[in-house]
Amino acid sequence: MGLFDYFNANRKSAEVAKERLSILIARDKIQRNRPSFLPQLQDELLAVIKKYVDISQDDISITLDRDADCEILELNIALPERACQREEKSAEPEPPREP
Amino acid sequence: MTKIIVVTSGKGGVGKTTTSAAFAMGLALEGYKTAVIDFDVGLRNLDLVMGCERRVVYDFVNVINKEARLNQALIRDKRTENLYILPASQTKDKESLTMEGVEGVLEELKASFDYIVCDSPAGIEHGAFMAMYFADEALVVTNPEISSVRDSDRILGLLASKTKRVVENRTPVKEHLLLTRYSPERVLKGEMLSVKDIQEILSIPLLGVIPESEAVLTASNQGVPVIANSSSEAGMAYHDCVARFLGEDVEMRFIDPKKKSIFSKFFGGN
Repeated sequence: MGLFDYFNANRKSAEVAKERLSILIARDKIQRNRPSFLPQLQDELLAVIKKYVDISQDDISITLDRDADCEILELNIALPERACQREEKSAEPEPPREP
Repeated sequence: MTKIIVVTSGKGGVGKTTTSAAFAMGLALEGYKTAVIDFDVGLRNLDLVMGCERRVVYDFVNVINKEARLNQALIRDKRTENLYILPASQTKDKESLTMEGVEGVLEELKASFDYIVCDSPAGIEHGAFMAMYFADEALVVTNPEISSVRDSDRILGLLASKTKRVVENRTPVKEHLLLTRYSPERVLKGEMLSVKDIQEILSIPLLGVIPESEAVLTASNQGVPVIANSSSEAGMAYHDCVARFLGEDVEMRFIDPKKKSIFSKFFGGN
């Protein structure tokens, strides 16, 4: 048991419940307020980018902010450091596949 | 002006039907003509909790389908003047509750009742949606348990977006938090979310706290709404809730641990 676990075990369970709930409900609220096409947009973008760069679901984040009279769609893609290397590699002829 | 009150929660088993029965009887005892409707089509239970299961002939869906008149389906409570029950159908499916049908029944009830209490089914599907759609006020029944609090938050989201009052741009449904199965002793030990914690998370006004009480099971065993047991803590707590709902300033009870007598302190009794 690590020190962190030990610390956690000593916390009152109601305190843990409150903390978990606060985080959860804040997240629920954000998800509820976003338009329904966002998750699909995120998936499709991921599929397109994956064709060229090796990234995972967590590397893309989409947020929609609403101001009084405009909406801002913010798209963040974190490219891995070696993304460009893969591109060079794929330019080379592919090695023959094993039967 | 008739008020429609929905008793809702999202999660099942937190005390919606117990609350609907107690609250409706409480309003009737205060002299208001009150109807309580079971919206849980297929799983009717309000009649059992109210002790009128053997007097059900016609139900809510029969009235919607014009197979019976409203006053044939309404069951008059034998103990309380002014209290009527409209039971749910046990056989039909949820989709029988059409928007027009429900609205028609509510409109007809409005002509002669002061309060209409809608006992919502659990979940966020059609039945629950129909129960809340026409509401003016909502009692959000919550247990001090994380899944219940989360589901209540979800229901609050729906009350604020999917009700007739919102659609028609009127003031939104007035929300009240009703905390049930509360145990101040466990809160003191840090084993249970406190009233304050839950209020902070849900941020709606607190109508009342019903303490965990054996009287609730006894009452449903006997088919008598627990509010009729005026010597039980749960009964008294429901009574306070009704009074607060009607605008009285009543202090919260049963939210602090019971003080132990000197005798029990010495001898370790409860």
